[in-house]
Amino acid sequence: MREFIRHLKEFLKDHVRDYAMFIALFAIMAVFAALSGGDFLSPVNISNLVDQTGYIAVLAIGETLIIVIRHIDLSVGFLSGFLGAIAAILMQFYHFSALSAIIIVLGLGTLAGLLNGSLVTYLRIPSFVATLAGWLAYRGALLLATKGSGTIIITNKTFNAIGNGFIPDLPFINNILPNYHKLTLLVGIVAAVLIVYFSLKNRDQQIKRGFDVLPLDIFLIELLFIDALLLYITFILAAHRGISWTLVIMIITTVIYSFITNRTVLGRHIYAVGGNPEAAALSGINVKKITLIVFASMGFLSGLSGILFASRLQSATTTAGTLFELYAIAGAYIGGVSAAGGVGKVINSLIGAFVMSTLTNGMNLLGVDISLQYIILGIVLAAAVIFDVATRSKER
Amino acid sequence: MGTPLIELVNVSKSFSGVQVLFGVNFKVQPGEIHCLVGENGAGKSTLMKILSGVYPYGEYEGEIRLEGYPVRFFSIKDSEKAGISIIHQELSLVPEMTVYENIFLGNEIKKGSIVDTFEEIERARQLLLKVKGENINPTVKAKDLSVSMQQLVEIAKALSKNPKVLILDEPTSALSETESENLLILLKELKEQGVTIILISHRLKEVLKVADSITVLRDGQTVAYFNCKTEEVDEKKIIKHMVGREITNLYPMPIAEPLDEPIMETKNWNVVEPNTGRYLVKDANIVLKKGEIVGLFGLVGAGRTEFGLSLFGNPYGYIVSGDIILKGRKVKFKTPEDAIKQRVLYLTEDRKEKGLILINSIKENISLANLKALKKGITVDEAKEIEIAQGFQKRLNIKARNVEVNVSTLSGGTQQKVLVAKGLFAEPDVIILDEPTRGIDVGAKYEIYTLIRELASEGKAILLISSELPEILGMSDRIYIMSKGKITGELKSEEANQEIVMAYAVS
Repeated sequence: MREFIRHLKEFLKDHVRDYAMFIALFAIMAVFAALSGGDFLSPVNISNLVDQTGYIAVLAIGETLIIVIRHIDLSVGFLSGFLGAIAAILMQFYHFSALSAIIIVLGLGTLAGLLNGSLVTYLRIPSFVATLAGWLAYRGALLLATKGSGTIIITNKTFNAIGNGFIPDLPFINNILPNYHKLTLLVGIVAAVLIVYFSLKNRDQQIKRGFDVLPLDIFLIELLFIDALLLYITFILAAHRGISWTLVIMIITTVIYSFITNRTVLGRHIYAVGGNPEAAALSGINVKKITLIVFASMGFLSGLSGILFASRLQSATTTAGTLFELYAIAGAYIGGVSAAGGVGKVINSLIGAFVMSTLTNGMNLLGVDISLQYIILGIVLAAAVIFDVATRSKER
Repeated sequence: MGTPLIELVNVSKSFSGVQVLFGVNFKVQPGEIHCLVGENGAGKSTLMKILSGVYPYGEYEGEIRLEGYPVRFFSIKDSEKAGISIIHQELSLVPEMTVYENIFLGNEIKKGSIVDTFEEIERARQLLLKVKGENINPTVKAKDLSVSMQQLVEIAKALSKNPKVLILDEPTSALSETESENLLILLKELKEQGVTIILISHRLKEVLKVADSITVLRDGQTVAYFNCKTEEVDEKKIIKHMVGREITNLYPMPIAEPLDEPIMETKNWNVVEPNTGRYLVKDANIVLKKGEIVGLFGLVGAGRTEFGLSLFGNPYGYIVSGDIILKGRKVKFKTPEDAIKQRVLYLTEDRKEKGLILINSIKENISLANLKALKKGITVDEAKEIEIAQGFQKRLNIKARNVEVNVSTLSGGTQQKVLVAKGLFAEPDVIILDEPTRGIDVGAKYEIYTLIRELASEGKAILLISSELPEILGMSDRIYIMSKGKITGELKSEEANQEIVMAYAVS
């Protein structure tokens, strides 16, 4: 037992920064669950919460990489709104299919990102200014696109399913667990098993190669905790209508970006450019190319965000995208990305985005006045960054 | 002698109109340790950056030959492919990345499209073993290592590319004596393994220990080549070629005799870099006297600037210890503001970055450090400000239309005068001048020197920090020489000459 406490202490000391956001999110959820008498954790609300987070979460992921390479992108909010309107116009007025509209919008988003990136790399305009110009221009473009009709109602069912639909259930076992979404349960259980399998395998490999690993007790607790959480969320979602398409997109995006940042050469180079641009250049890395790629990815994700939001509202509105960029940036900072560059994880920014939307969702549920909501959001953001700076300086 | 492994023929290079290399010839035989020496600004680093593709083909004139054949490097990658690896003077590790990530940065080991982390860590271990860094854990972040360990990581990184030629630019300037010693042993071992090494160093003792041949560069030209196997080479010989030029009357004559009246003293002054615990200045004792110009000479990395800054309220947060005695009283400056209040002033070597606010006018720059003297109620007395600025403009011959002109539009020499005016407005007793003539032309230099003489004759104590030996010899009444953070010598101006001072500086 004493051994265990020692392990726990060491673990907390070394990893407090890595897990602080998870713990904070947990605490916030617990508080809301208690205050709302359980309403907060109801399947409908959790399902809603996930879908509300989607369009901010994908932006927060893109913004993480932007901030890692010491830039900022303010244009993404209205770019997302504008691209959502483009999707609506293509489908409603020109009768494009949902798929072709989506592909065009994602392509346009990538181009817009490349434009920002070019301004920053080739013309050496500070990213704050270049993207502020974009913020203004896309705001205008959105108003222009919605000028005739105001709100454009989207009637394409396939498109609207992205923001409101759920994955289908297994058709052939209707009589078992009638009130639950079976496929969701299956996916959750398979994922839980896979996590255990790969964690054990990875640990084994690390031990074989003589690496420092977590002590077994802490490792098992961590594993148990992750699996319990995963299964609990699965259970809640299955009790409603299962995994939404938005969640699918969010998970895929997170997995792809985590993979790129953690495992690929491109990811390494992104962090190197952010951590020490001169060193990166002297190591033969093309800093301009990396900058362009990161901005292009941000544009792509803006398109994705626009699609998620427009389909969720089933319409393009004149105010779509308002403040998205700031929520995304706040999410990234709450997730621990550093403005000094080179530090910040995609998964943590996703959690940061969840912290933001959980606060909003929970306070709405409790009927907290909107003015107070903003003040609390501001305090949380400041507190998160203060914590980050404080723990970082202690490391030194 | 056979074909040189590397030959640079007639290489010239300019930066925005200023030529720094004038047809340099340079050759290195295979399997040797070749040392490249020269004063600060002689063009050593520039030459090596051309050889390693940092300055690509087309940005210089002349030819690079590898094993006798002309080659063109368009990027660092090209030179690496040709087997040339360079370790730059400023360490180029990414602090937030791990050791193994740094070692393979730009040359990642891939399995498909994925980085093979395990393989990289294994290989990093082997490379670190090779450079005797086996106690470095490859999975820790670079920022958590000491400077000497970081240096080893850099060498491991360079070796990961299996170079034929390894270039090291001042690798020992940040290291302690033992650490340097170990590095030199390592270099010799690498030579045994067939790696050709080019070493840039100020420390001539080290150079003589390991060099098979030596090239001396001065003012962008090759002035000497020694083959250490066939001829006797010593420090004196090298120094003579390094300094070479003679002092003509670039310097105004003294106006008044210095007084034997100490104003400021340091007692056992230490400056420690807080992150690494390294001594930047150790046990420094100096005395500044009324009306005296005291020169402080040292090569890059000797600790001159750190010493000067630490006396001026220590703005960079080094850990300092020891005493400052000002006019017989022990004093402590917590901030530069404290120091200015006690009439001690430091004028920076880096006037653009730290000394002047370029987008402001001349008058605003002059008055900034002593705005209190211009207070009228709660506002700044602008009429008085202009009057005072105009006074300085006349006295220092600041060439500008009027005092409202933006400093950014002035020449380097004129900017330097504005900086001096700024200092004088604070009415100091002690003035620390750090490289006051760096990068300005000869005419402006003479005016600055005249001004320094005038200030001394007014009874101010002046500490002139410089890496330009002729300037130190031409201006100082007394000279301190620093090397590796220690004061290694004190000379009266009549005892000093270039060889003697340089000998102290490389000790």
